[in-house]
Amino acid sequence: MKDTSIKKVLLLGSGALKIGQAGEFDYSGSQALKALREEGIETVLINPNIATVQTSEGVADRIYFLPVTPFFVEKVIARERPQGILLSFGGQTALNCGVALYENGVLDKYNVHVLGTPVQAIMDTEDRDLFIKRLDEIGVKTIKSHPAGDIAQARKAAAELGYPLIVRAAYALGGLGSGFCDNDAELEETCEKAFSFSPQVLVEKSLKGWKEIEYEVVRDKYDNCITVCNMENFDPLGIHTGESIVVAPSQTLSNKDYYFLRELSIRIVRHIGIVGECNVQFAYDPNAMDYRVIEVNARLSRSSALASKATGYPLAFVAAKLGLGYGLFDLKNSVTKTTPAFFEPALDYIVCKIPRWDLSKFHGVSRKIGSSMKSVGEVMSVGRTFEESIQKGLRMIGQGAHGFVGNKELQVADIETALKEPTDNRIFVISKAMRAGYTVDRIHALTKIDKWFLEKLAGIVRTYEEMSGYDRLEDLPAELLLLAKQEGFSDFQVQRAVFKDTEGNSAERMDQVRAYRKKLGIVPVVKQIDTLAAEFPAQTNYLYLTYNGTKNDIVYENDRRSVVVLGSGAYRIGSSVEFDWCSVTCLKTIQKQGYRGVMINYNPETVSTDYDMCDRLYFDELTFERVMDIIELETPHGVVVSVGGQIPNNLALRLHRHGVPILGTSAEDIDKAEDRHKFSTIVDALGVDQPQWSELTTMEDVDRFIEKVGFPVLVRPSYVLSGAAMNVCYDEEKLRHFLSLAVEVSQEHPVVISKFMTRAKEIEFDAVADKGEVLAYAISEHIEYAGVHSGDATIQFPPQKLYVETVRRIKKIARAIAGTLNISGPFNIQFLAKENKIKVIECNLRASRSFPFVSKVLKIDFIELATKVMLGLHPAAPGKSAFDLDYVGVKSSQFSFARLEEADPMLGVDMSSTGEVGCLGDDLNEALLKSVISVGYEIPRGRILLSTGDALTKADMLLACKLLNEHGYELFATGGTYKYLVENSIPATKVLWPSECDNPNFKGRFKPALEMIQGKEVDMVINIPKDFSELELSNGYKLRRAAIDFNVPLFTNARLATAFIRAFTSMSQDDIQIKAWDEY
Amino acid sequence: MKERISAVLKLEDGTLFRGYSFGYGGPVDGEVVFSTAMVGYPESLTDPSYSGQILCVTYPLIGNYGVPNEGFDELGISRNFESEQIWVRGLVISDYSFEYSHWDAVKSLDAWLKEQRIPGIYGIDTRALTQLLREKGSMLGMIVPEGETKDFPVDDPNLANQIALVSTKEVLTYGEGEKTVVLVDCGVKHNILRCFAERGVHLVRVPWNYDFNQLEYDGLFISNGPGNPQFCNITVANLRKAMERDKPIFGICMGNQLLARAGGANTFKLKYGHRSHNQPVRQVGTNRCFVTSQNHGFAVDDKTLGKDWEPWFVNMNDGTNEGIRHKFKPFCSVQFHPEASSGPTDTKFLFDEFISKL
Repeated sequence: MKDTSIKKVLLLGSGALKIGQAGEFDYSGSQALKALREEGIETVLINPNIATVQTSEGVADRIYFLPVTPFFVEKVIARERPQGILLSFGGQTALNCGVALYENGVLDKYNVHVLGTPVQAIMDTEDRDLFIKRLDEIGVKTIKSHPAGDIAQARKAAAELGYPLIVRAAYALGGLGSGFCDNDAELEETCEKAFSFSPQVLVEKSLKGWKEIEYEVVRDKYDNCITVCNMENFDPLGIHTGESIVVAPSQTLSNKDYYFLRELSIRIVRHIGIVGECNVQFAYDPNAMDYRVIEVNARLSRSSALASKATGYPLAFVAAKLGLGYGLFDLKNSVTKTTPAFFEPALDYIVCKIPRWDLSKFHGVSRKIGSSMKSVGEVMSVGRTFEESIQKGLRMIGQGAHGFVGNKELQVADIETALKEPTDNRIFVISKAMRAGYTVDRIHALTKIDKWFLEKLAGIVRTYEEMSGYDRLEDLPAELLLLAKQEGFSDFQVQRAVFKDTEGNSAERMDQVRAYRKKLGIVPVVKQIDTLAAEFPAQTNYLYLTYNGTKNDIVYENDRRSVVVLGSGAYRIGSSVEFDWCSVTCLKTIQKQGYRGVMINYNPETVSTDYDMCDRLYFDELTFERVMDIIELETPHGVVVSVGGQIPNNLALRLHRHGVPILGTSAEDIDKAEDRHKFSTIVDALGVDQPQWSELTTMEDVDRFIEKVGFPVLVRPSYVLSGAAMNVCYDEEKLRHFLSLAVEVSQEHPVVISKFMTRAKEIEFDAVADKGEVLAYAISEHIEYAGVHSGDATIQFPPQKLYVETVRRIKKIARAIAGTLNISGPFNIQFLAKENKIKVIECNLRASRSFPFVSKVLKIDFIELATKVMLGLHPAAPGKSAFDLDYVGVKSSQFSFARLEEADPMLGVDMSSTGEVGCLGDDLNEALLKSVISVGYEIPRGRILLSTGDALTKADMLLACKLLNEHGYELFATGGTYKYLVENSIPATKVLWPSECDNPNFKGRFKPALEMIQGKEVDMVINIPKDFSELELSNGYKLRRAAIDFNVPLFTNARLATAFIRAFTSMSQDDIQIKAWDEY
Repeated sequence: MKERISAVLKLEDGTLFRGYSFGYGGPVDGEVVFSTAMVGYPESLTDPSYSGQILCVTYPLIGNYGVPNEGFDELGISRNFESEQIWVRGLVISDYSFEYSHWDAVKSLDAWLKEQRIPGIYGIDTRALTQLLREKGSMLGMIVPEGETKDFPVDDPNLANQIALVSTKEVLTYGEGEKTVVLVDCGVKHNILRCFAERGVHLVRVPWNYDFNQLEYDGLFISNGPGNPQFCNITVANLRKAMERDKPIFGICMGNQLLARAGGANTFKLKYGHRSHNQPVRQVGTNRCFVTSQNHGFAVDDKTLGKDWEPWFVNMNDGTNEGIRHKFKPFCSVQFHPEASSGPTDTKFLFDEFISKL
């Protein structure tokens, strides 16, 4: 039974979302907090990620927006004195922090008990040596790994094992710094990188081509064990499980295989002594019953979040309860409510997890996928055939695919190579190969993907080809159409197969397909995910749609009391946990107002897809087709399209035209804001300024426009082959180069060019309006000048440096726009301000990325307010504004460049951050310091490397450099910066650009900057790109990339660097106050 | 599109499910039951406890890893199957995998079913069918491929002695060992034989109605088997006599029901039985819980146990009996399948416990 001495528990969150550690920990943390609060235990949460659901009011009793580092966590422990701490709900960040606190005696000192899995067990799984030793004790085979503390030891291990090898960094997030090596040269390269993350690397024999299988195991303190789920990677070993398509349950394992590995998993978990949840990963020989254990994660993980969603078994919730001392037999299955939590879910469907990459957002990054993780999000699709499940999933990842076939033709230079060397496009390369006549055997030989998966995919190609044999919809046999739908074909794919037309109005043809199949009675049915494959009655509201069935599990009320909320889909760069917060907040408000909250979303990393967050959850697609299917079943009061980011927003007009009631701002008005031309006309009519822009279809027009407005310009082609979708061009040469990347500039593919303003402030206006009347607003200010994407910028709220006049004008303009567009609900407008001149750059009639941040800083829930507006409740305007705040909030962005090999960590107009944090402080300095430390920076101790860009930014940074000097920092600077500093009486040491190193005048006299970074002789690098010449870019790139690869804090923006320097020279880390959210 | 022969699954309540024929192309009838196991169709199909039944598998994707070779081991027992033939009368699934992939497979499920003349039907909403069986209880049904004619009424397999059908007709022996265990075969699964042989026991397998009291043994084992325990009054009578000898007795599944009846308790038919790999059981009076594999339609009525007997395990889902033991003598049995195959292996230690008592 429960340990009653635990009255207060501290939970460590995972901080900002980054590659390898994303929204799944918001989900697991939220579940754990719910489990504790249910027990009457006081909960304290440390997590600087302000956009999460877990940092919302009512989830934890106390919330600290502070960095999850031993320094800050110790201070919170000293202040809060909890009896217990949970380490396994905040990913590797929380686990590492917890282990550090255990090792340095802090937990003992304050008598804090680690709930659940003991720290020793965690360390047994984290340290490879210990791990192998522990598994050897019970005769379980591991991948024999040779630890090496230096390159010589690594070489020796390689000689013993023979290539191919894999090198891993110990104690690193999801495979960071790991890589495969086929020869000595690759070994050297990989080791060097791995050593920068960890003092120890592990050299192992590579088992490329083996299957990768995972089990999720739960154990209670009475030694009762269950495996909640197993999962099979579509891609064989060699591709990180976060980079692989994964199916659950396993599909190619026999009973013997399945229970052989299950028995091993349980033996391991018992021996290590897990109390709670644990993930065991196996490499499994495709030609024998032979295995190796790859790793054991003694904590909630991405896989466990997936397993929870895949089975309906609330792993994190149960793990938290087990940590309190419960037995599995004490707890109930939360789906059936009658049967116990001690059982193993039986699935009667198959799920596919598919990763979402955003590699095109980064300059210079390699598209290859392998043993370290690069994907930024994932989707989970549910079906009753593999074909149905994977085709749904391929649509869900939201990168333009309509399924496995029927897509825009992929350009592949050489199919054979592309199959052998997988990239983020691998699945579509397989599609292309099949259509190019590659046999399943040949594809198997090249990819090692199990033939079972490939045969199923080949079947999809056959069905598509068969449908293509018909040219008229009426000729398409009902049986074939039904088969296609059972194999997960969308109406879009069907119309493309039959009509073969890639131009023209596909929406109209999809409507024809829809009408035709409805006439034939081909419609999907709703099924429950109930954990027991229908063996027991379940009142579960966790649902999906399938064509592989004849009966609906749900009887609909048809009382028009349902409100459908469209979620945000896969996390991606630009759309992440913030929209999950918006969705959850919206659902809660809907329920409070007596409506049924219905969610549609398919992202397994989210809280909104937790089935107890709403009255009905459809874990299904956010395509027009599927949303219409659901709406036809639900007959809702209305649909909310404004809290899930751009995906639902884009559906508004089409849904409206099909008679779906859109709540809040009308679809036509949404379209007026979305359509560049319409919006521009409105802005002009209001007499509001905007940057000059034009949509151009010929190069002559481009030249003429630029002649008129002058450089620099912001260029947005409509279709780009590779690289960023938009760019700022400072001169003719850059413009030509950038446009050459675009396929064409033509009538079908126009390019939008607008005048770019340098050194302008960017201002966000987040607000809620009711029938055009603004009820609440928040104005926040970017620290960086415009040109850094608003998703990458550091944002201060309330604004600290805006003229009162600027604020006044912004309010006036925003009110005018709200009135004209008759906004009812959330909206966001972005402004540029330069010397009190205000220009509007963008307007979205939906919640923006910064809604949770401003809501939580201001302590007015904008989404709750907006939802009430959308429900027609006409709420009163809250009587509080940002001017009343006597504290400051700062939102900082988290970048994941370390994972993205070769990517240039420079910021631009396209977004590249993967997450964010938001921290509060009594003043800007304190808030900024907390916030910047929260995204992984450290206050430098002594030596700083500077190259501060062009004349203007050099001047901008002069004061900051003075401050550094005054505070005893030693400055190293490249040529121009060195000269400038010395001229301004700031002592500095000259160092060499990479291009200068061979110059005989310098060689030996000055140190190369690159060497200083590689040798970690500096502890901060400020590198402000000067101009965009090839030489500058390559010089700067080398330094920036080295800073990332060798884990030295890097700043590339003068304004942010200055603000950070001001902050840490004005106060030390010790001066930062430990104040909870409710104390502001 | 593949050439498909349509077929229907008819239930005695009049419900029709339309699908497509695979495996053997003839009609078949039987008691329709469902299993929620996600793997193990070769093991399930050859499990004698399914004698007389049409099996609906709730996991939709079936046939993925084909069918392995029979592959006899040194005891002359098939390595991969639970008996010498398929005992399930018909198979009902949702999505048949025409292509299979496994290093150990030699043929497709379709080919195997054809070989053994067992009809299958795919394309069925097995979830809807399961819900129906759950609500109304197991019922009679038939698979009828297009072009075949068959209709109700049909014989209820529960009215026939299925055990007599599946039990060995002769006395067989397996393995070498100091200790001898007599195994009463009510439809024993091969893996039970393997579990004993692996543990160095000399096993004497006798028919269900054989008078084993004439034999010398160190322990007595009553196997699993199909259908209604009431057909085994001879076995129960033999058991009562054996109990006087105080030699250790262990039973599995049907063995649990027969031992209970021998001890004076009653058995009853469950509405739709336990057929899955995920049945949770708890050892009575302890915090020890196990996930078990099960396949039975009848259960022991705990309340009718004699005063010398006690419940040993209990089902955590529905509270039904999962095992009994004698309070003073070395007699015990379990309702679940510690030998697994198919299913979880958590309770294999029960064989060790039994053998340690010999």
